[in-house]
Formats: sequence, C-alpha cells, structure tokens
Amino acid sequence: MTHVLDTDALAAETPPRREPPAPYRDVTRSDAAFRAFLHGLPGVDQVGAEARVGVLGTRSIKTTAKAWAIDTAISMVDLTTLEGADTPGKVRSLAAKARRPDPTDPSCPPVAAVCVYGDLAGVAKEALAGTGISVAAVATAFPSGRASRAVKLADVRDAVANGADEIDMVIDRGAFLAGRYLDVFDEVVAVKEACGDAHLKVILETGELVTLDNVRRASWLAMLAGGDFIKTSTGKISPAATLPVCLVMMEAVRDFRAATGRQVGVKPAGGIRTTKDAIRHLVLVNEVAGPDWLSPDWFRLGASSLLNDLLLQRQKLRTGHYSGPDHVSVD
Amino acid sequence: MSPDRLAVRKTYKLYVNGAFPRSESGRTYEVTDAKGAFLANAAWASRKDARDAVVAARGAFAKWSGATAYNRGQVLYRVAEVMEGRHAQFCEEVAAGEGLSSSRARAAVDAAIDRWVWYAGWTDKLGAVLGGANPVAGPYFDFSLPEPTGVVAVLAPQRSSLLGLVSVLAPVLAGGNTAVVVSSKARPLPAVTLGEVLATSDVPGGVVNLLTGDAAEIGPWLAEHDDVDAIDLAGAPADRAMELERLAAGSIKRVLRPAPEEPDWSADPGLTRLTPFLETKTVWHPIGL
Repeated sequence: MTHVLDTDALAAETPPRREPPAPYRDVTRSDAAFRAFLHGLPGVDQVGAEARVGVLGTRSIKTTAKAWAIDTAISMVDLTTLEGADTPGKVRSLAAKARRPDPTDPSCPPVAAVCVYGDLAGVAKEALAGTGISVAAVATAFPSGRASRAVKLADVRDAVANGADEIDMVIDRGAFLAGRYLDVFDEVVAVKEACGDAHLKVILETGELVTLDNVRRASWLAMLAGGDFIKTSTGKISPAATLPVCLVMMEAVRDFRAATGRQVGVKPAGGIRTTKDAIRHLVLVNEVAGPDWLSPDWFRLGASSLLNDLLLQRQKLRTGHYSGPDHVSVD
Repeated sequence: MSPDRLAVRKTYKLYVNGAFPRSESGRTYEVTDAKGAFLANAAWASRKDARDAVVAARGAFAKWSGATAYNRGQVLYRVAEVMEGRHAQFCEEVAAGEGLSSSRARAAVDAAIDRWVWYAGWTDKLGAVLGGANPVAGPYFDFSLPEPTGVVAVLAPQRSSLLGLVSVLAPVLAGGNTAVVVSSKARPLPAVTLGEVLATSDVPGGVVNLLTGDAAEIGPWLAEHDDVDAIDLAGAPADRAMELERLAAGSIKRVLRPAPEEPDWSADPGLTRLTPFLETKTVWHPIGL
C-alpha cells in the first residue's frame, strides 16, 4: 500500500493535550512540573535490583510447574520478524507457525501475536484471520524513531489501516535524554490518538536509557501518556531485555495500577533466547507485579528464536528424551 | 619437590565446547588406581552435561565437516604431535589406571599415538577408497562420496583407557563427524588429559566433547537424543547394549554394536570403525552432448 505524504497538512494537526489519569492530572501542566514529577520518583537501587533478580533467577521450576510455564510462555510470545529482507512469504510462514507452533502436537497453544513491519501487517492480518492471534506492527520510524512527528503519525495510521491490532512505537530517546519529557509525552499521546482502537505498546529502548532511574521515569511517562503496554527494546540494540530492567518496569506497572486503577502490560523484547530466560521472566512477573499480569493480555515476550527453544523443551517433557533442532521449523 | 612448597592439586574437569567446565550437577567421584589407592576426584557428568555437549557438537559440525579432508588430516596429526609431548603423563595415568608395568604402559601409549597418526592419514583417502565413479548403464556421470554422519555419541571402552579411547574416537573424527564421548568410568584420567591435548591442538571447540562418568547413566540419554545421529556402544555395559540399541531406534541412529568381550585394541582395525559413521552420497549427472 502506498500513501502520498502531505506533510504540511499533517503537521497542521495539533493533537489535543490529553490529561493523564487521576491523581496525576496536573503533572503535565508544564515542562518544569513534569520534570519535577519524573525526577521525584523514588530512585532505583541498582545493586539491590540486580541482587533481587539474582535470587529470583535461582528458583527451580520443574515437572508440572515447568510444563505450565512453557505453555504460558508460548501463549505470551509475540513472534517477531523485523528484518529488511522480510517478504510476504516469510510473514505467511511465520503466521502458520504462530497458529500451530508445534504441528506434531495439537495441545500446543498458539502464540499471542505476530510482530512485523507496518507494510506487512496486511499480509499478516490476512494469514491470521479468524485465529484470535493479534497482528502487531512496529511504527514511528522504528527502530531509531528519528523522523518528524508527521511522518511518525502517518506511519502509525498506515499500519493501522493495513490491519494492525497493536502498534509498537519507539519513544524519542534523544528528547528523553535531553530532558524534554513533555515533548516525548505529547508524542506518545499523539500516537495513541492515531492508533484508534489499536493497542499501543511503547518501546523505551532501555539499552539507550543508561540508568534504571531513567527506565522508571520512561515507564511512568509512557503509562501517563496512555500506553497500553511498555516494552523494553526494539531488539536492534544490545543490551536489550535484561532482568533488572524488567524488574523496574514490573514495579512501575504495579505502582501505577495501585495509584490510578489502570493496568498496563509489560513486554520484554530482544535477547530472550532460552526457556530458562523466559521462565525467569515469568517468576519475576509473579513475584513483582503479581499473578494478575500472568496472562498474554498483560505480559508478552518479544522473540523469534525463543519459540523454538520453548518447543524443544516442551517436546522433551512430552516424550521424556531430548529433542533437536531438526524437530522444529527453521525461521 | 621441596618440602616447603605447597602442592598444586589438579581439578579434573569435563571438556565441553572447547572449555573445561565442572559437571553441571556439581558431582564428583573417586578414581582409584588398579590396586584401589586414591588417584583423583573426577567430574561425574550428568545427563544435562551430555545435553550441553550435544548442542556443542552440533554447533561445531558445520565447520569440522566442511573443512577439507586434507585440513582435517593436518589438524589430527597435530593432535598426535601434542600427545607425544604429553607422553610421560599419559604413561603415568595408563600405568596407574590399568595396573600396567611402565614398559607395557609405554607400549600402550605409543600404540595410541600411532593409531591417531594412522587415522589422521585416512582423512583424505576415504573418498578414493570408499567412493569414486560408478559405471552405470546410461548417459550419466555417476559418483559416490562418503560424507560424515553427523554428531556421534561414543561410549568409550571401559578397560583400555587410552588406546581404546583413541581407537574409537579418532575414526569418528577422521570421517568429519563431531563427537560426544563418555570415558571409561573407572579409568577416566587419560580421557581428561586427551581433552587438554585437544584443546591445544587446533581442533575447533565442540568437535570433541569428553565427559567423565558412567556410561550406564548417560548412555540412555544419548541413545534417545533426537539430535545425535549415531552411537558407538563400545563401552556400554554388556547387559544394557540391547536396550541402548532399542532406544537408539526411536530416532533411527546408526549403531555400532559392542563386541561381546572388549577386543584387543592393539590389532589392526582396518576400516571397521570408519565406515559405520560415513554416509554414501551418490550423484547422477547427465553427460550431455
């Protein structure tokens, strides 16, 4: 689908300033007030965060609990392909895998969503029609986010028009790190408006945010601006999803719900490759945010190679012997 | 050793993916010499070590099988060179473990190194001996080529701790396969030293993975593993061999059955241990005009 961009007309639209939910209605009244609010959030004890995830990471999850965790993790996967070389054919084969991750075993649950670039959302939508699996599209000049707001909003509308149920946007890290928080806030609000009914996932790109304090601030900013999910990374930057970062984000959504009553989801993405990693994330979700988040509606794992490892482990549990990469699809 | 010098005691570890990890399980077991005196605490590999070793062997397969036969021969010869440098250490371990006199231990180590050199020489001759052009009744060029089977699990002989080990491992490598080896349980020390030799002789990490432990414990996991292409049961317990073969059938592995009694490894092996781990690929090509 091609769209002719009329940047003047798009720039002329001024999105209405949306108020954050109570009790934070007035924190965005000015740049200074918003900065004061975000910098007033409690600081993160980085050593403490690392120690906490270290302890939680040693939990031993075996037998039936492991089987449950693997099935839950599979149902939370956003099966992702974000390559320059993506084709409609590749997206269709990924959609087939999303529907039936293990064709040899009908009891294997489908994944939560397929995540593609916006121009391929239509292909994914068609391939997933009637399955209940969502189509997520990355937008807003993913992965760098370096484009004018008019272009970013056009990108979002294009993806939504192509049939995306969920939009993964990237925040403007340059503006965020420069302290122009209200600019970032306005942009997320504008993108949320442009999404219409589509869910909005806000990618913080924590690998570029440097500190856990910044992760907490960005999480709050994204939630106040109306994001339905906060997502760690694009997957194009290393480090991507690390456990301490997820811990801070899980704390943020927990505190945000306690204060406002609105529940926001979390999606770690990038760098989660093994079943062990995935289970550690599930333990973290349960221990930090609580079991309310242990559902594909509120927690997702952005991954591509992870799914194969989950399937291998699932086959091992089912058959009692080790499986091999010849027994899952190559993608 | 002067009495005021602290002993530098050795931790005997596994050799997996080019590194020397302890067993994932944290287990060790006591290794004694032939008379029952304490020799060492060896790592006692678990099924998860075997699993990791198979992943490493699979990862190393593309490079090792893709290397030219000439290059593989050079690398294997290099292993023999480094073994020669460790000659005295091998002699000591073989003598203690197998209860041999020093002259007989030396003969066993010599034979092991010679065996390794012999197999190193075979790498670039297999294609000519086992393959070649086939005369066919039609307008085709028709070639057969031996290709490696893949990841081979080797249960090493229980009695002959070095010559036996080399006799089962070297043919697997010469054909271009990668190996996961479970050493002799009671006499694992030459296998540990061989791992140190392999780590320092241009053999890419993961091509050989040496696990010290119990073949009866790890064998079934390797036999059933879907990502292992063949298994050599040389060191399998006599009463378990048939069961292992049955487990291996689930994933249609190549199985090399053990002899009823552990053979005399000093005899000329011929190609008997090379061919079981080679697949023959035949290519038909139209002659054209």
